[in-house]
Amino acid sequence: MPVITYREALRHAMSEEIERDPNVVLMGEEVAQFNGAYKISDGMLAKYGPKRIVDTPISEAGFIGLGVGAAMLGLRPVMELMFFSFYSVAFDQIFNNAANIRYMSGGLINCPIVIRGPANGGTNVGATHSHTPESIAAYHPGIKVVVPSNAYDAKGLMKSAIRDNDPVMFLENTILYGESMEVPDGEYLVPLGQASILREGKDLSIIGHGRAIQMALKAADLLKEKHNISAEVIDLRSIRPLDEETILNSVKKTNRALYVEESKPFCSVGAMVAAIISDKAFDYLDAPVKRLNSIDAPAIYSMPLEKLQLPNVDRIYQAALETLK
Amino acid sequence: MTKKPAPSKKPEVAGYNARQAPINAKLGQDELIALYRDMVRIRRFEERCLRSYQQGKIGGFLHLYIGQESIAVGVVSVMGKNDHIITAYRDHGHALAVGMGMNEMMAENYGKYTGCSKGKGGSMHYFDPSRNFWGGHGIVGGQIPLGTGLAYALKYKGLKGCALAFMGDGAVNQGAVHESYNLAALWSLPVIFVIENNGYSMGTSQERSSAGPSLAQRAEGYGMNWDIIENGHDVLEVRDKVAAAIKLAHDKSLPSVLEIRTCRYRGHSVADPDTTYRDKKEIEEYKATKDPLMVFQHQLLAEKTLTDEVIAKIDEAARAEAETSAQFAEASPFPTFEDIQKDVYWEADNPADRKSQGTLFFN
Repeated sequence: MPVITYREALRHAMSEEIERDPNVVLMGEEVAQFNGAYKISDGMLAKYGPKRIVDTPISEAGFIGLGVGAAMLGLRPVMELMFFSFYSVAFDQIFNNAANIRYMSGGLINCPIVIRGPANGGTNVGATHSHTPESIAAYHPGIKVVVPSNAYDAKGLMKSAIRDNDPVMFLENTILYGESMEVPDGEYLVPLGQASILREGKDLSIIGHGRAIQMALKAADLLKEKHNISAEVIDLRSIRPLDEETILNSVKKTNRALYVEESKPFCSVGAMVAAIISDKAFDYLDAPVKRLNSIDAPAIYSMPLEKLQLPNVDRIYQAALETLK
Repeated sequence: MTKKPAPSKKPEVAGYNARQAPINAKLGQDELIALYRDMVRIRRFEERCLRSYQQGKIGGFLHLYIGQESIAVGVVSVMGKNDHIITAYRDHGHALAVGMGMNEMMAENYGKYTGCSKGKGGSMHYFDPSRNFWGGHGIVGGQIPLGTGLAYALKYKGLKGCALAFMGDGAVNQGAVHESYNLAALWSLPVIFVIENNGYSMGTSQERSSAGPSLAQRAEGYGMNWDIIENGHDVLEVRDKVAAAIKLAHDKSLPSVLEIRTCRYRGHSVADPDTTYRDKKEIEEYKATKDPLMVFQHQLLAEKTLTDEVIAKIDEAARAEAETSAQFAEASPFPTFEDIQKDVYWEADNPADRKSQGTLFFN
């Protein structure tokens, strides 16, 4: 199997869908001539031309709203936000228009749009460019939210997202763009709403999403090595829809749960998952559900401090030990 | 008395007569009467809405279009099959003009399942994509990027059509509107931005809210065609000027901004007592000289297209239709508790075709 990067996986997914469906169009700032601010769309303008790969001005409310309108009339726009953080500039278009149009029209109108881009900190760009809005997006009924943590999932989820008839927020990660893994050639889909068990274990369930769950694998190595603790590691991949079954089955087996994610703690995905576990698997728990998030402050610029603010292997490892006390 | 908006930079063509414009000269008796009838139907429907609102049958807001009927009717009458329309929350007139029925509209206002959005949208959120009508939007200016996107999709698909994106004068200072202007001009999109300028963004007059000589002239900054229709009360002038902009969109895929001067007789919504920000005389003068229904009625009477008898019949029929719609709404059921979670996700409503897994709703 070829080894490709997360970046290439996204490009392959979008390219395959552009070739498959004439209504798919990629739009965003610098996606065409510049070949993508993060080179996700590198070479796509040359291959597919300016009708399918469209440079927009820096005008998120305008072009995201335009994408929503075009989706209402049958296109399947894939809208790149150079940083997902810029979603706030288009908040009304996403959460009033894309999220509500089906409901307010009594089911007469669909909005098959994908809004994608990197949503992560850790690149020393400060608070304005480091938002992780998955819980804010998933708060809105009508919106779907996916957060792939590796190249295989990135490709399969992107293809599913583009074919989905509902609006999908697709949250990527600049630090993962260069990470490689084996990804099959050609067509495959990863369905939204299906978690992936990255490692089986029996003593503790570490559940999470995004880059933090990849770090959790390393923390699980340490737990095994130093304490002979067997941690199960579950990558949700999709926040809404949510694979409750896999979460609950794991917790019922291990009786302990730790949620790891890069978001801030208040009203985070982990807060929601903890509530679900306490609702539906309370009797199986041997300890409170623990959560590990970024330290609760705007994203700090200072390089060594930013590393400490974000989840890291040591913080996850320590949180796991506390869960096991 | 509020200062009147500045006149158009573009002087009226001397001797211009909207009735003689080719698009109007060719109108037959039935077509002229249909224009009149549609305006009367809008007014009678809304008067009936007001009564229902006062009776507590309609909740929330009720933004009445009374006084502005000539615009929706005039614009829709010159639309073709690939022309699409989207507007803000003062949407009853546009909905009736595109052919939506009073029953489904009134039922929507009553929050009933038989409403056009099954009681999920309300008065501000009517939709009928089968008639190229894309709402009915609640956030000032928020629908304008969507209208621009409709035009984008038309051009992308190679269809000869356009999008008519309506807004009020209060919307012109929203960023989303200016971003849409830029995209439309930059990409030569077949969209016509229609500003229904009734002089007040809620209770704030144009001179207290909008800089510059006129609202439409802002189009110049984007290199866009623009025009001001001073006589927005004249359904025939609206038709003629809008048809010209549609032709520009169809033939050259060029956008336009049209500012149509008009007057809303009622408050911003029914909740607005309309006592603090404008002089009643302003409205009374307009009603006496420029009421869209009266002006057109007199014109058609003078040219013997209408008779007093036909006028009375049209009025009676419109009142009866509105009354029937209120009875229909009253007799209709409310949505069920289960309906709250329908029409949220396409996939949830189409389980046989669902590709995703997992939980979509969290209760």
